Amino acid sequence: MTNHWIDLKNADVILIMGSNAAENHPISFKWVTEAQKNGATLINVDPRFTRTSSKADIYTSLRSGTDIAFLGGMIKYILDNQLYHEEYMLNYTNAAFIVGQGFGFKDGLFTGYDDKKRSYDNAKWAFELDDKGVPKKDSTLKNPRCVFNLLKAHYERYTPKLVSTVTGTPEDKLIEIYKTYGATGKPGKAATIMYAMGWTQHTVGVQNIRSMCMIQLLLGNMGVAGGGVNALRGESNVQGSTDQALLFHLLPGYLPMPSASIGSLAAYNEKFTPKSNDPRSANWWQNRPKYTVSLLKSFFGDKATADNDFGYGWLPKIDDGKPYSWLDIFDAMYAGKIRGFFAWGQNPACSGANSNKTRQAMAKLDWMVNVNLFDNETGSFWRGPGMNPADVKTEVFMLPACVSVEKEGSITNSGRWMQWRYEGPKPLGNSRPDGDIILELGLKLKELYAEGGTFPDAILNLKWDYMSGHRYDPHKVAKEINGYWLQDKTIGDVTYKAGTLVPSFALLQADGSTSAGNWLYTASYTEKGNMSARRGQEDAPNNIGLYPEFAWCWPVNRRIIYNRASCDPKGQPYNPDRWVVKWDAAAKKWTGDVPDGGWPPLQNPDGSPNEAGRYAFIMTKEGHGQIYGPGLKDGPFPEHYEPLECPIEKNLVNGQRMNPVAPVYGSDADAHLTCDPRFPYVGTTYRVSEHWQTGLMTRPQPWLMELQPQMFVEMSEELAKMRGIKNGERVLVSSARGEVQCTAMVTKRFKPFKIGGAVIHEVGIPWHFGWRWPESGAEESANLLTPSTGDPNTRIPESKAFMVNVTKL
Amino acid sequence: MAKAFFIDTTLCTACRACQVACKQWHDLPAEETQNLGTHQNPPDLSDKTYKLVRMNERVIDGQLRWLFFPEQCRHCIEAPCLEALGDPAAIYRDPDTGAILYTRQTAQYDADAIIESCPYNIPRKGADGSVYKCDMCNDRVHNGLLPACVQACPTGAMNFGERDAMLEMANQRLAVVKAKYPQAMLLDPEYVSVIYLAAFPPENYHEFAIASRTPVGVTRHMALRKMVRPFAAALSRLG
Repeated sequence: MTNHWIDLKNADVILIMGSNAAENHPISFKWVTEAQKNGATLINVDPRFTRTSSKADIYTSLRSGTDIAFLGGMIKYILDNQLYHEEYMLNYTNAAFIVGQGFGFKDGLFTGYDDKKRSYDNAKWAFELDDKGVPKKDSTLKNPRCVFNLLKAHYERYTPKLVSTVTGTPEDKLIEIYKTYGATGKPGKAATIMYAMGWTQHTVGVQNIRSMCMIQLLLGNMGVAGGGVNALRGESNVQGSTDQALLFHLLPGYLPMPSASIGSLAAYNEKFTPKSNDPRSANWWQNRPKYTVSLLKSFFGDKATADNDFGYGWLPKIDDGKPYSWLDIFDAMYAGKIRGFFAWGQNPACSGANSNKTRQAMAKLDWMVNVNLFDNETGSFWRGPGMNPADVKTEVFMLPACVSVEKEGSITNSGRWMQWRYEGPKPLGNSRPDGDIILELGLKLKELYAEGGTFPDAILNLKWDYMSGHRYDPHKVAKEINGYWLQDKTIGDVTYKAGTLVPSFALLQADGSTSAGNWLYTASYTEKGNMSARRGQEDAPNNIGLYPEFAWCWPVNRRIIYNRASCDPKGQPYNPDRWVVKWDAAAKKWTGDVPDGGWPPLQNPDGSPNEAGRYAFIMTKEGHGQIYGPGLKDGPFPEHYEPLECPIEKNLVNGQRMNPVAPVYGSDADAHLTCDPRFPYVGTTYRVSEHWQTGLMTRPQPWLMELQPQMFVEMSEELAKMRGIKNGERVLVSSARGEVQCTAMVTKRFKPFKIGGAVIHEVGIPWHFGWRWPESGAEESANLLTPSTGDPNTRIPESKAFMVNVTKL
Repeated sequence: MAKAFFIDTTLCTACRACQVACKQWHDLPAEETQNLGTHQNPPDLSDKTYKLVRMNERVIDGQLRWLFFPEQCRHCIEAPCLEALGDPAAIYRDPDTGAILYTRQTAQYDADAIIESCPYNIPRKGADGSVYKCDMCNDRVHNGLLPACVQACPTGAMNFGERDAMLEMANQRLAVVKAKYPQAMLLDPEYVSVIYLAAFPPENYHEFAIASRTPVGVTRHMALRKMVRPFAAALSRLG
């Protein structure tokens, strides 16, 4: 989230699309309800009428996988009706930037496409630079190559009529929603978006979200109270795990993962440190080398020195251009290329797309270690459906972990709040905190590598000193993440003593004098104490629900990021009633939330430019919010493509049926069939309030099983009638990859869509089940049906739109 | 002063935290259920389920509505069950909270008659012959805690407090909600300690949402008079 949960109450319009907040983030509705009580309009767009829809002021449906068409239509509506916030757009976004001649778009393809590699050369999409190397701008927006005009031209095709025929959403509903949402382009109004996996789990997942970012930038809804782009994370600590780089392409704190060709720290810094020639761009990532060296010092301690590149050479390197995502790991495992596997706090046999492939892949391992609370479908895969234990060579080890309430540490919630939690009951039996398990594993590895092995330095030089009394010490780890002064250092007139904690990431150094396990968290645990353990109940002076002394939030306790964009160029808030920050010209400082940098605003009180001012979007190289985004793998503007499997033969918007750069896998377990009469219905997956994740913690819980005892498939009354299916009877749902028994829930909450003149049906299934529990073994995972494909940027699987059949049992 | 609930169904998201919290506080076992083609489960109240979120899909004025009704004992101001039975050892009213409480002594009586005396069709017979229902978490309330269902509610649909305060809250919300839902109403507010706010006519939520829709087809006062006789007969049989 750019904002945070409480801030939802400040919105004038809330759009819930790509999430089902009432069911899957029930507590969020405390704040959604508060906003509605204050007069906010709640809009919900979902293929199926959900518990969220039941509370919406405006609900409409769309076919799964057509969000870009829907949102592209909104962009066009905002432009056609001049609903954008012009001052905001000109000052804070790249709308006025001139795009170079290399950019073009034709028949669904952007320039730079290589059809053999199925990838783009995105250097073609660069801005036109002036002689100083700064992007050219046209603040009159007359230049046909400026972002604003290219945007207009790109979305010209997205008429309500075309959008309706792609999405199945009635035209009058489209207009009603565009109008309501677009009305927040007025200065002082705010709209927010609450999205989750309904947007990410697509071959166009990143571009779904990009579309919304562009809308928020056009309307001036970024950085303001009640605005932002808000991802509702699927577990209490998913944000924390992302920050700590539980992703193959990142190191902690969103530092890029080095690849094999980047042989030295200097080369790494050269490649990944953006340079801006615009003196008014803060270009915050210019500080990246400080964060990288501080991270290396944290990993390798005294062993990391300037002479040895601070141990850069000991970091693992990925092969250039090679993805190591979930889909790729299991593809390699299925091909027999992986010998051992730690399944840690997860249940791949049920949780990832195309579970039959995943389960078969695990049978090709020599060994697997399952670290979890209980045995699950993964640990017991060898005795699961379709497996003959005698044929499975994989040796499985189970390490019982204790549950979160039995251990101390922090979680970071969707709103970026790091919150400290304490140990409640002691770990049950021989179960142990994950921290203990991984620390001991590391010590054992060090012991073994001390005897020899391939490239032992990487392991032997790890600092690995996070224990107190032979136990994992969460405070030591939290302090390590914050970072220390490693030498006495005087900056300005303050001397920081070696061994003390660094108070802010602005002080981190590239010379080896500081450490930080994650620069974004520097300031979370300082000499003043553990900031995340704070429980202050007082609001900030702007009284918008920031509660700055309750827990701690990255970065530097800034509760709403990009917050300087909530003000006009003189630093005065667009909304004086719900202001986030404002510039006090006399005192020469910002008040309210922690500002996005302390520089003055772009203009003096008399409107003259203030050269000391910096642009509002400090994390982009140019300092501007990116309406045009040249950095992605699949284009600078989002474009509608059909899912890998879809119900229509042709993309009705352009000549490319599916995202031309989305990954497609070729093993015998990766079957996919589009527009095939054997699988005529759109299928989608989702969660219910009553279960969590793959159900490991909820399916053995009788009170929750009472509420949702069985796998089900929701379908319209029209489809049920056509297939002769009665409500409550068991049916078989199948795809090109597998089949699952379900109880039919025939409901008015699903309606057939009219797509390109044809009637298209969609059905939906929850993903929480698996054969291991309930004991009948009859309630299986929805992921037996989902395909091995995903977003080209993130490679998250496309679990939200695929094709199925439904037959009577 | 007696306590009351105010349940604003317009804010209920059917997360069913109340339903589970009730089971947890009362240490009630789960029922063996099946998916019967609806998210609502269990299908009905029972001696193991005192609180049930009923879920109904309705098309009202051409618009689809999914209506949620967190059902529980109304703790009537003049409770027909209590008055009909006339045995405070089996059914009594806590004078401090207004909770209508059933004891194991209900097993001494005809359970069906007790159930039928309820205009809201709430009590259910247990395997031991006694009759079970919501007890307002009377033990929690006496110790300064909210009822478990209210404590668990994330949206403010479930509220609990002094009756006057709850009535005031109910009337205030009704005035606000009427702007969006002109047919909105409070359900039997003068008779019960569990005051529901419904956006649409009550029969859309549940057959027994209000007392006048009981199968006996009479007002609750009439129902009360009709039920007295069989109870008196039962009492005389027990000697």
